[in-house]
Amino acid sequence: MDDHLVGVLSNIGMISFIALSAYLLLIVGEISFGQQAFFAISAYASGIATAMWGWDFWPGLVWGAAVAAAAAVLVGIPTLRIHGLYFSIATLAFAEMVRLVFEVFRYQVEIDGEMVGPDGSDGFRDIRYIFENDITAVEYMLMIYSLLAAALCAFFLLERSRLGSIFRMIGQDPVLAQMQGIDVTAYKILALGIAGLVAGIGGGLYAHLTTFVEPKIFNVMLGVHSLAYGLIGGLGTAFGPLIGVAIDIGFLESIRAISGYRMIAFGGLVAVLLIFRPRGLLDEAAVNWIRLRLRRRHA
Amino acid sequence: MVDFVQNCFDGVMLGSSYALLAIGFTLIFGVMRRLNLSYGPSIMLGAFVGTLVFLEFRAGGLAIAAATVAGAVLVGIYVERLCFWAIRQGAAAASMVSSFAIWMQLEEVVTIVFPDRTYPFPPLTEAEPMDFGPFFFKVENLIMFTCAVALTIGLNLLLYRTRFGLRLRAVAENPDAARYMGINIAAVTFLAFTCASAIGGVAGYLIVAQDGQITPLFGLWATFKGLIAMMLGGMGSIPGAILGGLLLGVVEAQSIWYLGTEFRDLCAYALLFLFLVFRPGGMFGHALAERERLALRRV
Repeated sequence: MDDHLVGVLSNIGMISFIALSAYLLLIVGEISFGQQAFFAISAYASGIATAMWGWDFWPGLVWGAAVAAAAAVLVGIPTLRIHGLYFSIATLAFAEMVRLVFEVFRYQVEIDGEMVGPDGSDGFRDIRYIFENDITAVEYMLMIYSLLAAALCAFFLLERSRLGSIFRMIGQDPVLAQMQGIDVTAYKILALGIAGLVAGIGGGLYAHLTTFVEPKIFNVMLGVHSLAYGLIGGLGTAFGPLIGVAIDIGFLESIRAISGYRMIAFGGLVAVLLIFRPRGLLDEAAVNWIRLRLRRRHA
Repeated sequence: MVDFVQNCFDGVMLGSSYALLAIGFTLIFGVMRRLNLSYGPSIMLGAFVGTLVFLEFRAGGLAIAAATVAGAVLVGIYVERLCFWAIRQGAAAASMVSSFAIWMQLEEVVTIVFPDRTYPFPPLTEAEPMDFGPFFFKVENLIMFTCAVALTIGLNLLLYRTRFGLRLRAVAENPDAARYMGINIAAVTFLAFTCASAIGGVAGYLIVAQDGQITPLFGLWATFKGLIAMMLGGMGSIPGAILGGLLLGVVEAQSIWYLGTEFRDLCAYALLFLFLVFRPGGMFGHALAERERLALRRV
């Protein structure tokens, strides 16, 4: 496989994690403009673990995702009591705060005569675990995709579980869910925690692939993109956000003739889809229709 | 102490530009109960039309101001049709996301049409700063402050002394009841949106003329500053927008002085986050019960 293709596919895989995390919150009926914050927190935390503390990759990744999930729960406790537009703006404010904190965050240690670590707005260089341990680009891509496959399996199990029904019920009608004796706020905090964990896995993978992270990558546009992926692809199934990512990165960004006008096409696509298919291409009705067709064929 | 007071004055002056931006924002929210996140980028596009008129025809201040306002209004109409009129009633979140998508589009249009990024903009006046005892003021800031006050008074007259204002308030209060009274809701919201865009154009002209230059980053800046100022004051409240803008300006001026410029935006977002968590209605917002009722109706 050529390098460009591997790069594009790895990118799609990583961004899918943050798209899935925004999707989970859309399922419980909340719009978050701030998933990039958890992506960023994990990118820094796992990078610090492997590059500065000398941890192995897997513990570093788990650590990064755990820190991101903890941050998500901590943010969720005060913000999920407010909902709708207020929650969206609160997540936006939080994500920008995280980005601006990383702009002034300095924490460096000397390793082999060189200063390694986050250096404010200059970013965090030399997260080189992948190169030092001779993991090729293709191997890393396969690692990304096996993790993504695991995450998708977890999402499908979730959809079939009682927890998944509760999440969808809260998204459909929080008042009704409350009347059924469901603690809506607690379940939303749980959803945000899981979303933080998923975004965190993506962030850790991202930091190790690019070897360099800087605060300005994690701006609002990343968050809005991840939100838009679910809205394009559809809220009926976890495949939805992946379709959104594939359309944006696989198609619009990677084909040179279009890439100069990528935002115009992508922005327009989102706006038009929100008018005609407010819950995306693969919305609940489409998913049910497909399921019915499949079942009939088997019968 | 002199420093602190001078900072307060500076903050009020800085805040009057935020207040100008917040007035247009809050007018849209007050009538539609929806957020227009493309507000800043549409003003930015208007300012680029103004700079085009300046560079091509060497036009004077008034012509540039008119071009800026006209550009902002035209783009505002595009946003209104696509993100607000076309999306079904009650889907406030969809409008918000859609306007964010259009934001990306507008920003890319500007970078394609104006590839040099930074363009000159003629200054408002060449006057020297004025001294009052130990304190000093910039003339441009005084003009801006006066404009903010004049716009508030004008808008209040429009809302409380004209038939159009009555219709507007009726739609804001209860769209269904307004429809039964024979009010054309689409026309009223369209006019309100156009009004808000024109106010945004004026605000944009004053701010950009004070800076002496325009970049594509202005859109992001204008949306966020206007949004924060509006939310601090209370969404939908015009006096709240003014006070929120001034509060934001003072907090920023103090944080620049005591903490350094890199903490300016961090403090602004932290202030917004705290307000959202502890007083989501802002300083002039609805009472809690009213807010809950609205939130539930629009979920």
